[in-house]
Amino acid sequence: MKLTLHIWRQKNTNETGRMVRYEVPDVNPEMSFLEMLDVLNEHLIDKGEEPVAFDHDCREGICGMCGFMINGVAHGPERSTTVCQLHMRHFKDGDELYLEPWRARAFPIVKDLVVNRSAFDRIIAAGGFISAPTGSAPDGNAILVPKEAADISMDAAACIGCGACVAMCPNAAAALFTGAKITHLGVLPQGQPERYRRAVAMVAQASAEMFGYCTNVGECEAVCPKDIKLEAIARMNRDFFKAKVISRVAGS
Amino acid sequence: MELDAKIPGGPIETLWDKYKFNLKLVNPANKRKYNIIMVGSGLAGGSAAATLGELGYNVQCFCFQDSPRRAHSIAAQGGINAAKNYHGDGDSIYRLFYDTVKGGDFRAREANVYRLAQISVNIIDQCVAQGVPFAREYGGMLDNRSFGGAQVSRTFYARGQTGQQLLLGAYQALERQIGAGQVTMYPRHEMLDLVVIDGNARGIVTRDLITGKIESYVADAVVLGTGGYGNAYYLSTNAKGCNATAIWRAYKKGAFFANPCFTQIHPTCIPVTGEYQSKLTLMSESLRNDGRIWVPMTKGDKRPPNQIPEAERDYYLERRYPSFGNLVPRDVASRNAKAVCDEGRGVGESGLGVYLDFSEAIQRLGKHVIVERYGNLFDMYERITGENPYEVPMRIYPAIHYTMGGLWVDYNLMSTIPGLYVTGEANFSDHGANRLGASALMQGLADGYFVLPYTIGDYLASSKQPKVDTSHAAFRDAETQVAYRTDRLLHIKGTRSVDSFHRDLGKLLWEYCGMGRTAEGLRHALEKIPVLREQFWRDVKVLGAGEELNQSLEKAGRVGDFLELAELICLDALERNESCGGHFREEYQTPDGEALRNDAEYSYVAAWQYQGEGQPPALHKEPLHFDYVHPSQRSYK
Repeated sequence: MKLTLHIWRQKNTNETGRMVRYEVPDVNPEMSFLEMLDVLNEHLIDKGEEPVAFDHDCREGICGMCGFMINGVAHGPERSTTVCQLHMRHFKDGDELYLEPWRARAFPIVKDLVVNRSAFDRIIAAGGFISAPTGSAPDGNAILVPKEAADISMDAAACIGCGACVAMCPNAAAALFTGAKITHLGVLPQGQPERYRRAVAMVAQASAEMFGYCTNVGECEAVCPKDIKLEAIARMNRDFFKAKVISRVAGS
Repeated sequence: MELDAKIPGGPIETLWDKYKFNLKLVNPANKRKYNIIMVGSGLAGGSAAATLGELGYNVQCFCFQDSPRRAHSIAAQGGINAAKNYHGDGDSIYRLFYDTVKGGDFRAREANVYRLAQISVNIIDQCVAQGVPFAREYGGMLDNRSFGGAQVSRTFYARGQTGQQLLLGAYQALERQIGAGQVTMYPRHEMLDLVVIDGNARGIVTRDLITGKIESYVADAVVLGTGGYGNAYYLSTNAKGCNATAIWRAYKKGAFFANPCFTQIHPTCIPVTGEYQSKLTLMSESLRNDGRIWVPMTKGDKRPPNQIPEAERDYYLERRYPSFGNLVPRDVASRNAKAVCDEGRGVGESGLGVYLDFSEAIQRLGKHVIVERYGNLFDMYERITGENPYEVPMRIYPAIHYTMGGLWVDYNLMSTIPGLYVTGEANFSDHGANRLGASALMQGLADGYFVLPYTIGDYLASSKQPKVDTSHAAFRDAETQVAYRTDRLLHIKGTRSVDSFHRDLGKLLWEYCGMGRTAEGLRHALEKIPVLREQFWRDVKVLGAGEELNQSLEKAGRVGDFLELAELICLDALERNESCGGHFREEYQTPDGEALRNDAEYSYVAAWQYQGEGQPPALHKEPLHFDYVHPSQRSYK
C-alpha cells in the first residue's frame, strides 16, 4: 500500500522546524510503523537526503524510547500500543498521516521526532525510590505483601516512561507518570516509611520542570500504552494532600 | 601469557566468603577520593553504579540511550532464578549450581557458578526491599514458576515483565544516588575508546550523541556493563541500539575476548515475515510451561492447525525428551525446531516455524489462569501477528538472543587489562556454552550488586595509581583516533546504506555460524566477511555531519565493529572442534543428533588476544576443572 506522510523536520533544538511531505509507495501491512519509517529512511538515503531522526530501541514496546504523534494522537490510533508495536495493517492504502514530536515545554525537541525527556529522570531522582542500600535487605518473605497490593503496584509499575501522557495532555502535565511511581511504591509495605515525603518531593520536582497541572481531562489514560489508570493520579493527590495536612515532611 | 583466573583454593561452599574476607578494603573516608567509570546502565551496570555510589565512591555512569532506564535488560520477560527453596521442592544452592554447570554444557568455571548460586538468594531480598512487585500468592508470600533446564520451581517473576521491574529497581537506586550527587549520569553518550596508561585502564573517550563532541573522562577504574553482541547477526531479540563497540574497543586495547562463538539461540521467537524486518521479538520461555510444541506428522501438511487431528501431530519435544518435555534447555529446543523445519514439517508461510499450542492448558486450567500468567505476552503476540493465540496456536522459531561469550574476566570480574572490569552479559563468566532461562538477570545483578563492589575495592586499595588528567597524551591519542574514524565514515560518501551492510553480515553469520555450524561453512564465512568489511569501508553512505545527532553515523560505527567481531566469532567456532551448548558443529554429534563434546581436548575457555590490524589473533587457553559436577553427556530424556 501507499502512504503520504507529513513529518516534522527540525535540525536541532534552536532552529525552526517545518512539516515536510513524503510518499512511501511500498508499505507492507505486516510492517511495524517504525519499520515503515526505516523503509522511508532507506529511500531518503538513496536520494542523498538526510533520514528522519526518531528515538527507538527495543521495538517490543517495553523500553519506552519511541513515541511521536500520529494525526494528533500519541503513539497513533491503536489502544495500549507504542509506535514500535503499531502495525501497518491498521492503516489503509492512500492514508495521509501527520507525524509530530511530543509537544511539551518540559520536553525540548532535539531533532525531528526526537525530544529530551530527562525531566522524567529528575522526577524519579527527587523521590521515586525506596531507600534500600545494597546488602541491607531482610529475607524476601519476611515482608508479606497482599496479592491485591502487589497487583495494584505492578499495574502502576508497568509505566515505561515514554511521555505519551504528557504529550497528549492539554496542560502537558506529568501527573500520570508521577502518580504511577507514587502508586507503585506507595501501596507496598516497603514503601511506607518514605510514602509522604516521596509524594511531596516528586510533585514539587514535576512542577519545577515546568510540567503543567492536572485538570482531570483523562487524555493521558486514553493514550497510555501500558493502560495506567487515572486512579494513579488520585492516589498521588491523596498522598500529597495528606502529607501537607500531617506536615511531617521536611520543607512542606 | 598464562591466564590466571585467581580462583581461590578450598571447599567450594566457603570459597567466596573466605575470599571476600581477604580482599583489601577502602576506608569509608577514602572512598570519595576514587573515581569509577561505569559504562552501561542495565542490570549489571545500573546496579553496580548505584551500589558503588552508596558505598561513597565518585561514579560517572554512561549510556547511549536517553535515560538509564532504557537499557535492554528491561525487555527480559520470564523471571530470575534463586535457590530459595520457598516451595520445599528440593531446591538448594548446590542444585542451582549443578543445574547451571550442566546447563552450560560443562564449559563454565565451577567457582564462579557456585558463587552465583549463593548470591542468588540475596538478590531476591534486595529487589523485594527496593519495591520490585514480584508475583505473590494470596498469603502474601513470593510466588515461583518453573523454567527450562530445571525440575524445581525457583523462578521469581513480575508478570511477563521481570526484567523491566528489576531494572526499574536498579534504576531507582541509581537515580537516588544521582540525586544525592554520588553518581553523575551521562545519557546519550557512547563510549568509543578505552584509555590505558602504563598498562592500567584509566578512562574512556566518548561521543556526545547530541552535539557530536568527542570527550575524555578519567578514572581510577573502568567498568563495562555494556551487554552482549547478538546484534552482529542483524536480526536478533536485542534492542536496535545494542552493540559491541565498548567491548570491542577494549579488546583492541588488550582485553582478551573469551568464547565468542558461544551464542544463544532462543527457541521461542515470532518468525520472520519479510526483508524489511528490523528485529525479532521473543516470546518468553515461560510459555513452554503450559504451551505444547508440535508440528504436523507429515511433510507439507498445509491444513490450519485446528483441522489437524491429535493423532497427526508430532509433539516432538515430549516424544524425544519424556522427562523434560517442552522444558528442555534452549539450545536443545532450538536445534529440534530447526531439525523438524529442515524435514519440511515447519508451519506458516515460510515453513520456518513450529506451533506453541495452549488449547490443552486453557481446557485444563481455564482461560483466566492463562490470562493471569501470560496475558501481556499473548497481547503482544496478537499485536505483532494479528492472530489471537487463545484461539490459534502461536507460531514460533528460534532467533539469536544472548551471547555467553564476552570479555575474559577473572574471579574478580577484572579483564586482562588491570583496572578494567566487565559485568553482566558483556563478560563471559558464568554460563559456559549455554545459558539457562532466568539466569541472565541473576548474573547481571549478582555481578553488579554483590561481586564487583567488593572486588573493585581490593584493586583500588592495593594498586596505587599516579594522578593523571585528561591532558595526558594517551587521552589525546585516543581522541584523535576516535575523531579520525568518525570523519572517515562521513567522508566515504559511497552508495550503500549502513543497514544494507548490516543485513548482509547478519545473513552470513546466521547461515554459517547460527544453529548448525560446519568447518566448511565457517571457512566460507571467514572468506566473505573481510570482503564485506572492505566494501563497507569503501562504499558506505553516511549522510549528515559529525557535530549533531546523526543516527546513521552511530550505526555505522557499531556495524564497523560488528564486521570485525564477526570474524572472531567464526574463527572461534572453527577452532572449537566439538559441539557444546549453543555451539553445534554438525560434524560432532551423537547418533541421535545430540551435541557431542570433546572434554579431552576442548575443556577450556578460549581467550583471544588482539595482535594488531591484519594480524590473526592469538589464542590462549584457560583449562577448566570439574571437581564437583562430573562432566557427562547432558541428558534431558
